[in-house]
Amino acid sequence: MTSLRLLATSIAITTAMSSATFAQTTLTMWYHGAGNEVESNIVNQIISDFNASQSDWVVEMQSFPQAAYNDSVVAGALAGNLPDILDVDGPVMPNWAWSGYMQPLQIDEAKIANYLPGTKGVWNDQLYSIGLWDAAISLVTRKSYLDELGLRVPTLEQPWTGDEFMDALAKAKASGKFDYALDLGTAWTGEWYPYAFSPFLQSFGGDIVDRSTYTTAEGVLNGDAAVEFGNWWQGLFNDGYAQATQDPADRDNGFNSGKYAFSWNGNWAALGTLDAYDDVLFLPAPDFGNGPKIGAASWQFGVSAASEHPEGASAFIEFALQDKYLAEFSNGIGLIPATASAAAMTENYKDGGPLAVFFDLSEAQALVRPVTPGYVVAAKVFEKALADIANGADVQDTLDSAVDEIDADIAKNNSYGF
Amino acid sequence: MAQLSADNHGLRLAVRYTVLGLIALIFVFPLVFMLMSSLKPDAQLLSDTRSLRAFLPVGDISLDNYFDAFRRAPVGLFIFNSVIVTGVTVALTLFICSAAAFAFVFIDWRGRDLVLTLILATLIVPFETIAIPLLLIASKLPWLGLDGLTYGWLNSYQVQIVPFIADGLTIFLFVQYFKDLPGELIEAARVEGASWWQVYRRVVMPLAGPVLATAAILKFLVMYNQYLWPLMVVQEERYRPVMVGLQYFFQLNRAWGEIMAYLSLITVPVLAFYLFLQRAFIASIASTGVKG
Repeated sequence: MTSLRLLATSIAITTAMSSATFAQTTLTMWYHGAGNEVESNIVNQIISDFNASQSDWVVEMQSFPQAAYNDSVVAGALAGNLPDILDVDGPVMPNWAWSGYMQPLQIDEAKIANYLPGTKGVWNDQLYSIGLWDAAISLVTRKSYLDELGLRVPTLEQPWTGDEFMDALAKAKASGKFDYALDLGTAWTGEWYPYAFSPFLQSFGGDIVDRSTYTTAEGVLNGDAAVEFGNWWQGLFNDGYAQATQDPADRDNGFNSGKYAFSWNGNWAALGTLDAYDDVLFLPAPDFGNGPKIGAASWQFGVSAASEHPEGASAFIEFALQDKYLAEFSNGIGLIPATASAAAMTENYKDGGPLAVFFDLSEAQALVRPVTPGYVVAAKVFEKALADIANGADVQDTLDSAVDEIDADIAKNNSYGF
Repeated sequence: MAQLSADNHGLRLAVRYTVLGLIALIFVFPLVFMLMSSLKPDAQLLSDTRSLRAFLPVGDISLDNYFDAFRRAPVGLFIFNSVIVTGVTVALTLFICSAAAFAFVFIDWRGRDLVLTLILATLIVPFETIAIPLLLIASKLPWLGLDGLTYGWLNSYQVQIVPFIADGLTIFLFVQYFKDLPGELIEAARVEGASWWQVYRRVVMPLAGPVLATAAILKFLVMYNQYLWPLMVVQEERYRPVMVGLQYFFQLNRAWGEIMAYLSLITVPVLAFYLFLQRAFIASIASTGVKG
């Protein structure tokens, strides 16, 4: 009898445990970090912690190489094969939300109140995505270069004016010490162009599209301010300060090997530069009249519209919003933690840390790229226009053509709902 | 006089081999660069690109990039996937397309020329134009496998193989080759009572070595280099082929040495396959004028 009872109890316990296991719902997740071992390890750790922290959900991840990620998501959406959780590049989010690939996040927004503005993916007044980090660009140089050239060190409070910046380039060129005064990173194509260079346009007073309506680029991409920017941009190459066409090897290693006096580069490359020199300075963007600007918004987490368990997907994202994970990402891959409290936990971004200036830059100068579904097209048009101008195309004609192309796309898509 | 002629002949040979040697060097240089670069650390690799050192195994040489490449991505899995997908597709393509060409050339049936024309017309349709409709179809197709009947071919080997088995170019190659075979052979076999299958299997295919090699190499290259289609239909790493895998190495801070190591590794199956069929491929080019 005792044996029978023991057997019955065992069966009951086993069944209960099995039921508990089966009760867990699997959430699929796509992530863009394949090939980046450190990044993948951190994401896997978050998933592992989340799966162990509760019994309702099990997250399973598929990693994609970054260069193939967006196309994979679009193909997945066409085939009705999206996961529950996906990550999305900040400026692309409005397009995916508008296209019906994503749904609003169901997280407690009080938890992200102190997040850097660029980490919040808001579209149509709704939060669709949230990033654990942001990225920022600075004008990289060396203190010894500035001293030799007789230049002051610009600060966040008092950045270089446009004239001071051009004076710095002229002095660097005249010194004869460098192959080129400025490394703009023209070897990097794609999103680098609008991310890195549209802030110059915005500092001149122009923009990629008119943010007051989001229905046209007329006047902002081909107005007086934009033409002034275009002439300045073309002058950088005509005057021999920068290369319109750059060897990728020079982008990777040029500044660190002394070819350039200044490099317009992101915080993700900063640790390598700090290894190369002991007097590196990360300077704020120059002010061309309408305030110094840099780009904002990096990769963020969101919930796909196809998810049948948005509450579970949102629960995972909310779980990931812990300072310890923000700090881990930052320590692992050098990105800017989304919160000041997480920054304080990192080696590089805590007060006095070698990259702390990037957190301040993000707070003070960051401007998100135009928040519109049409951005993905406008960005490509902008990139082509800048490349053409760099290679000698007429500024006004090129910008007019770019405006026509962007406006045609907006019209074709019924103003993207604006 | 004879001495002069022999000297001229020797000189001509020397010039010919010098020119051919130079041309061969031009073609070999990228491969040598890739291989040598795969053995060097990034800093040295980049600095060597400005001199002939880029083509020499000098400096800090090691296999570290190969070990790092295997750490960054499941290289073996990607090569295995590509070899499986490519191998199966090539084998099925050779059979299906040669059989189709056989029917077009040797069997008389109504509408034959029209169908062949339509098939050849597909040569001018870029794959990109049919990729999305094909994706929509593939995502809903049924499949009877070990899990029983399932719907949707995404994330599988078959979705990378089946759409590419029949193709107009390969059928065209076989048709052109079969047309040049002596018709008497087929007639004699038929008179002897051979079925069409026997004629195909025992008469025509044994003579088709060169075109089989050509078609196999061309198909191999197309399949091995597939990028767009697997990108669209494969979301799971376990089915990813080498070209999508290559993207694992294009991070913001690129590790060029690892990229070169990966490229060297994935080039091995291509070279091995080409060398295996090289003699027949050259014979095919010599006899048919088909260019690769």
